[in-house]
Order: sequence, then structure tokens, then C-alpha cells
Amino acid sequence: MNGGLRKMSGKTLIVSLLFILLTSGIATAEEAAAVDPVTAAIEAAKEEMQTNINIVWTCVGAFLVFFMQAGFAMVEAGFTRAKNAVNILMKNLMDFSVGTLAFFLVGFGLMFGATNGFCGTTLFGLSGVETGTGWNWTFLIFQTVFAATAATIVSGAMAERTKFVSYLIYSFFISLFIYPIFGSWAWGGLLDGGGWLEKMGFLDFAGSTVVHSVGGWLALAGAIILGPRIGKYGPDGNPKAIMGHNLPLAALGVFILWFGWFGFNPGSTTTGDASIGYIAVTTNLAAAAGAVVAMVVAWVVIGKPDASMALNGALAGLVAITAPCDGVSPMGAIVIGAIAGALVVFSVIFIDRVLKVDDPVGAVSVHGVCGLWGTLSCGLFNMESGLFYGGGIKQLLVQATGAGTAFVWAFGIGIVLFWTLSKTVGLRVTAEEELKGLDIGEHGMEAYAGFQIFSSM
Amino acid sequence: MKLIIAYIQPHKLEDVKQALAKADVGKMSVTNSLGCGAQKGYHESYRGVEFDVNLLKKVRLEIGVNQDFVQKTIDTIISAARTGEIGDGKIFVVNLEECIRIRTGEKGNAAIG
Repeated sequence: MNGGLRKMSGKTLIVSLLFILLTSGIATAEEAAAVDPVTAAIEAAKEEMQTNINIVWTCVGAFLVFFMQAGFAMVEAGFTRAKNAVNILMKNLMDFSVGTLAFFLVGFGLMFGATNGFCGTTLFGLSGVETGTGWNWTFLIFQTVFAATAATIVSGAMAERTKFVSYLIYSFFISLFIYPIFGSWAWGGLLDGGGWLEKMGFLDFAGSTVVHSVGGWLALAGAIILGPRIGKYGPDGNPKAIMGHNLPLAALGVFILWFGWFGFNPGSTTTGDASIGYIAVTTNLAAAAGAVVAMVVAWVVIGKPDASMALNGALAGLVAITAPCDGVSPMGAIVIGAIAGALVVFSVIFIDRVLKVDDPVGAVSVHGVCGLWGTLSCGLFNMESGLFYGGGIKQLLVQATGAGTAFVWAFGIGIVLFWTLSKTVGLRVTAEEELKGLDIGEHGMEAYAGFQIFSSM
Repeated sequence: MKLIIAYIQPHKLEDVKQALAKADVGKMSVTNSLGCGAQKGYHESYRGVEFDVNLLKKVRLEIGVNQDFVQKTIDTIISAARTGEIGDGKIFVVNLEECIRIRTGEKGNAAIG
């Protein structure tokens, strides 16, 4: 090159340089034009990949939450008597199945359709949504299993004395409108809707209030209208222990629920990113703290490390961390779970001995009371807006508004629904059937054919 | 000494036990039993196949008592277990040859109380 340059005259050199400059300028422009589509293609591919990862993760979350139905079935069967096991299993199977249909046809639209200010009015049966692909179908299955979780909470509190047909009717209504309409106020904006609670800044990441408290307060209404099981309270009004027939099943159920909660909370990101791992950590810490503290409190108050209380404690921690799991520190999660673990023991004792409401599995304490606590805890422990992090009292007040609304809505409708059922179809089986067991009375079969079981309680 | 054998409705066990404790009859053995009598059975069905169950679940109490406790025990069981419905159960009273407490080797009346 140097030798060639020397042979050139000055004029030629300038022309050549100009030419080089020009051509290189053109080349740069061409390169820029060529790079953009590639970058864009990469970006598009990355985006599509992320979308698909989100869909896969959300579906995995949904499948884990579906498995919680098995957890609920085992917990409730284990904590109740052998003569009612078939009935409990049927209630858990049917509230999911009836609920799935009602939620698909109506509930999902009320919850996530374009809102009229009160609730959603579109997307019934996902009408107008292209079949086969798209986010809506993933979102539907994810929300269906959440709706079914709210529905199935009630079966435990109403165990061992509820008419099966009345329970089916209740299952239909909770998934049809009770759960979806409240859900639309807090979560509608996740799709096409938008509700007044979320506009206020109400925080409920995975549903301490929307799912668990709503189920818990309905359960309370049901248990009140039903009245206690025969033999639960002596003539002097003192509560008696009616022991569950299979603690191994109950423990299996709790482990399944804990496992399923890794879909419930981390799944609620509906996003495949690092937040999954973080939320799994806060979820797990709260559950562990709940179990440990419930055991210690029971040890002190009752005198023994009661297994049924420790199991309830793990669930209490999980329910409480459900709302705040994405926005609290690991230490915050431990405190939230620990308080829930203590709360559940005192709540079970309070409901049993003071309110004298018969809740065989502690569903009202675990889901209603600890759901309420978890919701309020957002206002204390949220790292952005919580009271303990300098966010002031505003968030706490918003949380209290949401939790209070959930109580009024779910408990109020629950009382009306169950009272109406008791006056029409009948809510409770006959005393004779209750004594013999609902398995034979309602379903004509036994859970443990060939086994000798004591049915003397 | 008599051995009192009572077949009662399972859900009456708790009441009977408490009534007996109040009447100072604190010792008994209890077993599950199946039996049939005047009470009709019930229908069960399994996968669409119907069948009758006429062996019903009952609870069997065995109580060894001294002579002066026989009537009291019987009356107590009756008062606690009676509903007036068919199926309330039956009481059998049989002579008791001997009674020995394993721990001390005591026999007869002393061993029963």
C-alpha cells in the first residue's frame, strides 16, 4: 500500500481518499441498515422465548396448584373420622369439577372481563378469544385452579354433617360469582378488567385475601349456620375432642399443600425470571417459621408438641405469606410466618372454646384469620410502602380496607347462601345419618370396607 | 359375681361410659362387634352394584361385677343407652366362676372391685 501511495500524485491521492471515505461511509450506512434487522430479529426471538417461558412457568404453577386439591382432600380426610372419608373425598373432587365449569362459563368473565365498574362483563367462556393459542388460555387454567382453592377451603369447616347436594350447590355459587366478583376488585387488571381495590393500591400478590380469606370467611358462615357436630359440645358447653382418624394422611396433605404453594406464590409472577426463586424462598421461610412457632406455642399452651397444630402452623405461615411474598425481605417473611404460627393456635382455641363454632380442620383459623394477617402484613413489611420501612400508615389502611371488604362480602353472602340452603334443600343431614356416618348415608359406601373401625364417636 | 355383657349402639358408648363412672362402675372392656337382630340393615352400593348390609356395627361391653352391683349396672346401662328405637341393644348376665387379678393374685370379690 505504501509503495502504491508514493506513486500517486497529490491530486490522485485526494481523489482516492475521498473515494475511500465515501465508500466507507456508504459501507457504514449499509452495515447499519443490515445490523438493525438482525438485532430486531434477536430481540423478537428473545421476546418470544420469554413469552413462552412465561407460559410454561405459569402452566407449571397451575399444575402445582391443582395438586393442592389432593392436599386439601388428604388434610380434611385425615382430620375427620373414618365414617365420613368418602364424603370428604367427593366434596373435594366435586368442588373442583363443578367449580371448573362454573368458572369457565361465567366466573372468569366476571373476574377478568372488561369491567362495567362493578365487575367484568366479557370473556364468558372465553368468547371472542382465538382458540388454540395465546396468553388467555394459560391465564384461564391458572385462575381456575385458584378459584377451586377458594372453593375447597370450605369443605373442611363444614365436614361430617353437611348434606352433599347442598354442598354441590354452594360449590357452584362460589365459583360462579362469589369468588370472581371479589377477585375482579383486586385482580381484574391482570387481564382486561380493573377494580377499585387495585386502583387504591391494594396489595395481594397471590391471594391471602382474594383466595384464602374469602374461602375462610365463607367457611365460617357455613359452620355457624350448620351448628356443631353431635357430641362436639357437652351439655355444659365444653368442647370435646373429636379426633381425626388418620394423621399420616393429614401430614401427607400438608406436605402436598406446601409443595403446591411453590406454584401458588412463585407461580403468581406468571413470569419466568429470577423472582420465582426469591418468592420461593420467602414462601418457604414463612411456612417453616409458622410450623416451628405453632409447635412451640402448642407445647407451651397445650403441654405437648401437638402434631395437628404444627401441621396447621405450616399452612398458616403459607397462607399469611401469600399476599406479601413478592415485596418483603427474607427476615420479614420469617416474622410474618412466625406470627401466623402463633395466631393459628390461639385462633383454633378461640373459635373452639369461645365462639363455639365447630371447625373440624381449622379452616377458618388457617385461611380466614391468617389470610387476614397476611394481607395486613403487606402494610407493615412491604419494603416499598410498609409502615416498618418508612412507608407510613397509608398502605396498612388500604390493606385493612381490602381485608374488611372481603369479610363483609364473603361472610355476608355466605350467611345468606347457607341460610337459604338450610331453609330450602336442607343444609344438614339427619342426626341418625350423622351418627352412622355420611359415607353410608350420602354415598351408600364405606371408605374402609373390610376394616373394623370404631364408629362410637 | 356376674359378667354383664351389653351390646349397645356405638354412638351411645360415651354416654354409657360416663353414666357407669358416675355409678362407681369404672372397669369394663369394650370391643367392636358386628351383629344382626330386630333392626333392619341398610343398603350399600359399590360401583352400581347394590347389596344389603345386615350385620350392623355395635359395641360390646363386658363388665365383671359383684352381686350388689348387678342391678345398678344394668339400670345404668339401660338409662344411658336407651333411645326407644329398635336397635338399642341387649344385655346378657351370666354367672362368673372366678376372677383373678394378675398383679396381686387376689381372687373373687376382692379382685373384681
